[in-house]
Amino acid sequence: MSAADLSLLRRPNDRLRRRRMINRGMELVAWLAAALAVFFLGIVVWSVAQKGASQLSLDLFTKSQPIGQFGTGSEKLGLANAFIGSLVIVGIATAIALPFGILIAIYVNEFAGKRIKNVVSLTLDVLAGVPAIVIGFFVYVLLVVGHGQSGYAAGFALSVLMLPLVSRSTIEVLALVPDSLREAALGVGAPRWRTTLGVVLPQTIGGVLTGATLAVARIAGETAPVLLVCSLVGQGNNWNPSQALMTVPLAIFELSDQADAPEQALAWAGALVLILFILFTSLFARWLATRSRRKIAQAGR
Amino acid sequence: MTSLDASTDVARRPFPGRRMRLGDLLLQGAAALAAAGALVLVILIAWKVIQGARLSLSTFGFGFLTHIAWDPNPAHLDFGAASFLYGTAITSVGALILATPIAIGVALFLSELAPSGIRGPVTALVETLAAIPSVVIGLWGILVLAPFLRDHVDPALHSALGFIPLFGPATYGSNIFTAIVVLTIMILPIIASISRELFLAVPSELKEGALGLGMTRWEMIRGVVFPYARGGVAAAMILGLGRAIGEAIAVSMVIGGAIGISINIFQPGQTLAGQIAGQFTSSTSALFTASLLYLALILLVFSIVVNLVAQFIVRRSARHQGSAR
Repeated sequence: MSAADLSLLRRPNDRLRRRRMINRGMELVAWLAAALAVFFLGIVVWSVAQKGASQLSLDLFTKSQPIGQFGTGSEKLGLANAFIGSLVIVGIATAIALPFGILIAIYVNEFAGKRIKNVVSLTLDVLAGVPAIVIGFFVYVLLVVGHGQSGYAAGFALSVLMLPLVSRSTIEVLALVPDSLREAALGVGAPRWRTTLGVVLPQTIGGVLTGATLAVARIAGETAPVLLVCSLVGQGNNWNPSQALMTVPLAIFELSDQADAPEQALAWAGALVLILFILFTSLFARWLATRSRRKIAQAGR
Repeated sequence: MTSLDASTDVARRPFPGRRMRLGDLLLQGAAALAAAGALVLVILIAWKVIQGARLSLSTFGFGFLTHIAWDPNPAHLDFGAASFLYGTAITSVGALILATPIAIGVALFLSELAPSGIRGPVTALVETLAAIPSVVIGLWGILVLAPFLRDHVDPALHSALGFIPLFGPATYGSNIFTAIVVLTIMILPIIASISRELFLAVPSELKEGALGLGMTRWEMIRGVVFPYARGGVAAAMILGLGRAIGEAIAVSMVIGGAIGISINIFQPGQTLAGQIAGQFTSSTSALFTASLLYLALILLVFSIVVNLVAQFIVRRSARHQGSAR
């Protein structure tokens, strides 16, 4: 190293200064980007919280919004029918998608050869990429044309949306179960089905529930399929899924169209409850995930 | 992926004395049936959508794609997808252009620059943004964002950049630009979280080597992280694009629902998905519904193509990665 080189190292020249300035500038840009993203989230949640909080009352959960005739009087309106409908429809969707999705995951992880595995994975990815509104239209053509709308159709549509989510997360957790467990069970003479259902699957319950919970959070907020399949709703609180039921996101969608302040306030309230529900289910899913990770780590020992 | 192969190998390796039990048969049969069911489902979706659109397909054929019209009047029923193809293209591409730089910035922040204390919370916040239902963003969009843009942003943009026909006169709150902003907010977290994971996966030896050579943080990111993650980020962008194309509810709430092609983004417009969501309940004839299904068919084809392209990019970049080491 000549003396000239070393002095370059000691004195920051113009080029180095410029490079450092650009570096600083880019770091600032990244900070700003992150701030912007958090700002977007904050502003949406803030609007919903601020405008919806005033409507939070027992009435919201006990009174029903009369569909089609938006009240002009001073009667306090509520979203009871929407909450009930959402509960029933999401319940139906979960009841269909959960066993189906788990079986698919079991097949992919425990039984399938490499080629079939790729085909099924591709199928799940394609299914996950179909827009919710197209799935809604599919269910419309399949179940509604000629039979009329129903909560079952909406539940089925939402289960189609749930299926890839549940399958993929279950596949991931099943893959995490160490082979030593399977080998040990087979080694003591347990049949394949016993090994899978009685040894491997119970290890993954936490992960499966996490995936299912996240999927529920996702479809609880879906409007498009319900709009196409289950929107001609009758009056009052309806628990019967063979008829069309109101759901919370659909109620928000229809109420947002109205120009009157009480209807819009109701929409904000519904949005607030929806966001809170999704927030809590996501947190619950995250807690489940950490718990199941700990259990699997213990099982590996 | 190797662990997946390993487990099935373990289970399928034949050993002496093993016979097929009824329970095994039942489980494997049921599971195989479920997997086949998923395949059948995808095919069924395509089939039923095509079947539903048949009336419109036979009436309009491919001309539907270049025809600008949506007239449900029984005297002169006329439907065409051109307005919505344009609307979908401009809103999705616009959202992608706006969201990608921000998302990459967020991903860089979360993977390289954030102090460890705020890394976790901010990551959680970005993922929460992804979890907000589209109807809530649509509600916020039409009641909060649209008036704000109409009163403060659109006129400012018009007066500053009005010489570009893109930024024409701004009068409506519900317009293409509002839809672009809404879609940007919706696809931002998708691109950001995938990119963040990609940036985190860059081998630290490569990064440390670059820093050791005297590169600044930014030069290291530009020279090492970006090239390494290039394929994955492209795939993330395509997935975000796919999301934007398929978004029906939030878009239909803020875009104004107008027919026609207008280069001015402050004019109302409509997308494929938005038209379906907005017009489904007012369908007055079989041709109307079939035409909506024709739109759905176009959407289905787009989303499958987008999905496959993203997969292809991921596979190709994974191959490059493997050979580059």
